[in-house]
Amino acid sequence: MNKIEDNRAWFLILPVVLLVAFSAVVPLMTVVNYSVQDIFGPHQRAFIGVEWFREMLRDPDVQASFVRQILFSVIILAIEIPLGVLVALGLPRKGWKSSLAIVLLAIPLLVPFNVVGTIWQVYARPEIGLLGSTVNALGIPYNYTADGISAWVTIVAMDVWHWTPLVALLAFAGLRSIPDAYYQAARIDAASRLAVFRYIELPKMRSVLTIAILLRFMDSFMIYTEPFVVTGGGPGSATTFLSIRLVNMAVGQFDLGPAAAFSLMYFLVILLVSYVFYTILQRINAS
Amino acid sequence: MAEIAIDNLRHSYDNDLSDPSRLALKRVDLTWKNGSAYALLGPSGCGKTSMLNIISGLVRQTTGRVLFNGNDVTDLPTEARNIAQVFQFPVLYDTMTVEQNLAFPLRNRGEDKATIRRRVGEVAEMLDLVPLLKKRAAGLGAAEKQKISLGRGLVREDVAAILFDEPLTVIDPHVKFELRRKLKLVHDALNLTLIYVTHDQSEALTLADEVVVMSDGEVMQVGTPQDLYERPKHRFVGNFIGSPGMNFIPCTLEGERLVFAGGALAAPNWLGPRLKPDQKLAIGVRPQALCVAGAGEEAVAGRIVEAQLRGDSYIADVAIGETLVKMRLPDHVALPTDVFGVHFPPRSTLVFADDRLLGDLHEQD
Repeated sequence: MNKIEDNRAWFLILPVVLLVAFSAVVPLMTVVNYSVQDIFGPHQRAFIGVEWFREMLRDPDVQASFVRQILFSVIILAIEIPLGVLVALGLPRKGWKSSLAIVLLAIPLLVPFNVVGTIWQVYARPEIGLLGSTVNALGIPYNYTADGISAWVTIVAMDVWHWTPLVALLAFAGLRSIPDAYYQAARIDAASRLAVFRYIELPKMRSVLTIAILLRFMDSFMIYTEPFVVTGGGPGSATTFLSIRLVNMAVGQFDLGPAAAFSLMYFLVILLVSYVFYTILQRINAS
Repeated sequence: MAEIAIDNLRHSYDNDLSDPSRLALKRVDLTWKNGSAYALLGPSGCGKTSMLNIISGLVRQTTGRVLFNGNDVTDLPTEARNIAQVFQFPVLYDTMTVEQNLAFPLRNRGEDKATIRRRVGEVAEMLDLVPLLKKRAAGLGAAEKQKISLGRGLVREDVAAILFDEPLTVIDPHVKFELRRKLKLVHDALNLTLIYVTHDQSEALTLADEVVVMSDGEVMQVGTPQDLYERPKHRFVGNFIGSPGMNFIPCTLEGERLVFAGGALAAPNWLGPRLKPDQKLAIGVRPQALCVAGAGEEAVAGRIVEAQLRGDSYIADVAIGETLVKMRLPDHVALPTDVFGVHFPPRSTLVFADDRLLGDLHEQD
């Protein structure tokens, strides 16, 4: 075949280049641009290299938010993944009951994030909320606006309510793909219920659980809307997660340089952790 | 090892026995003799797999009993029945090695380590799996996987019977032959009761001591491959076994002659007295049994309409008057081009009344 050399061919990829440029490259480079400058006004700025990055890494508030964020994601994964699998195991496999269960499960997933926050904000209020007043009436002190532990419990419970269905639905899809013959063979082999789970169901759910873990990690690590609506990061800074800290910095205090450096590191951390997760899980699946 | 008896069994997946046409199994009485190899043969959806699953206890029958050595096991769960079953698609525990797969049924039953090691070793030896023992089961080919599924059944010493549900479906043809031979060897060595479900008649006829032919939830005939071929008890069996199936020619009894459109044959003397009024008669004869009449043999006039070469012989459509029959003709002599005499050998020419076998033309009372 004859190769035709014609530089006008570059024009053919121009639409894609423009699209990617304006949707990803330009905004990201803007942030990079802010992160290496100290900006005093529209026409006054100074290049300061990695100074903002260094400052952000040393900032005790950012460090505290980071620890809080890691803790939050760990708690979320530790609760939602096993719980989701349990729910999936308990769902009816066939018939109208199965369809009904799936529809009911999917409801929390269809609620907009800020509505979820608002629902729980009201639901958990100690004086008027059904949950808050009930818990207090039982003699357990609970007030998410005043007590850090209460605030965490509220936000974790809200996230579990909101997102466990996603894990359950993914796990359920994995379970449903297991042919009947596996269960029959297990009965012939006299396998216990636990052995069926350990050697048949869990291995067959691996790939969907990989996806579930990745999705839940990324989403919980970036959580913003719901805690912002419920606690606004408080009481004090008890629930100030990374994204809340970031928004306060960028929009509240208009510290564009530090905020830009912060958000780039934030982005890299998520990318890195997701990559590590993915590689580990891929390796487990392959072996 | 055990003799398995099925006693007055009926099964409906909707638990409703009122409509016979919707039953998966319609009244089955059958005994599977200890140590025999059976093939359970029939078209898809005829109830073969239901029968197998009822024997192993995976499905509970609606009514009737299943007996192992005379003991009623109807209420026993699968794991208490000591049945091994191999499914259409290989079932493996993906995360385990071949060795762990083979040991799994024994571990679940709490056998000690020494016994497990010995049994796994023996079974691996028998199935040529020794070099694979330390490998992960997930990465193997379909034939090896199916051998492992079989091995998990054989590893238990006390297994009452081993059931196969079309186990060679996903296996390549040349490996199929090899595996079937292995299966036969294993059966001979262990003297197991073996029930092998298939819809492939050549598989059934080569593997089994006896073949059970099923159709539409009913057992049509139990017999040796030769029985099924030469004396099918029901028109269905005649059609289903053999390729092409048996010729069935509608006929009537007129005096001492069996008359069909285009010809007549001498009727045996028992036929008249045994016949009930309004029964529909048919002559059944294998294409392989029909031959060109020699001198002095009784014959009807026929003419070849079309002939297809099938390897070492022709299968010809022969018109006898208005009746078309299939006939096998050797390929080393020229095909008759004109009208010729078709001979119906009396021993191989059967009479069916309402689709059921009455007898052959040779028998006399």
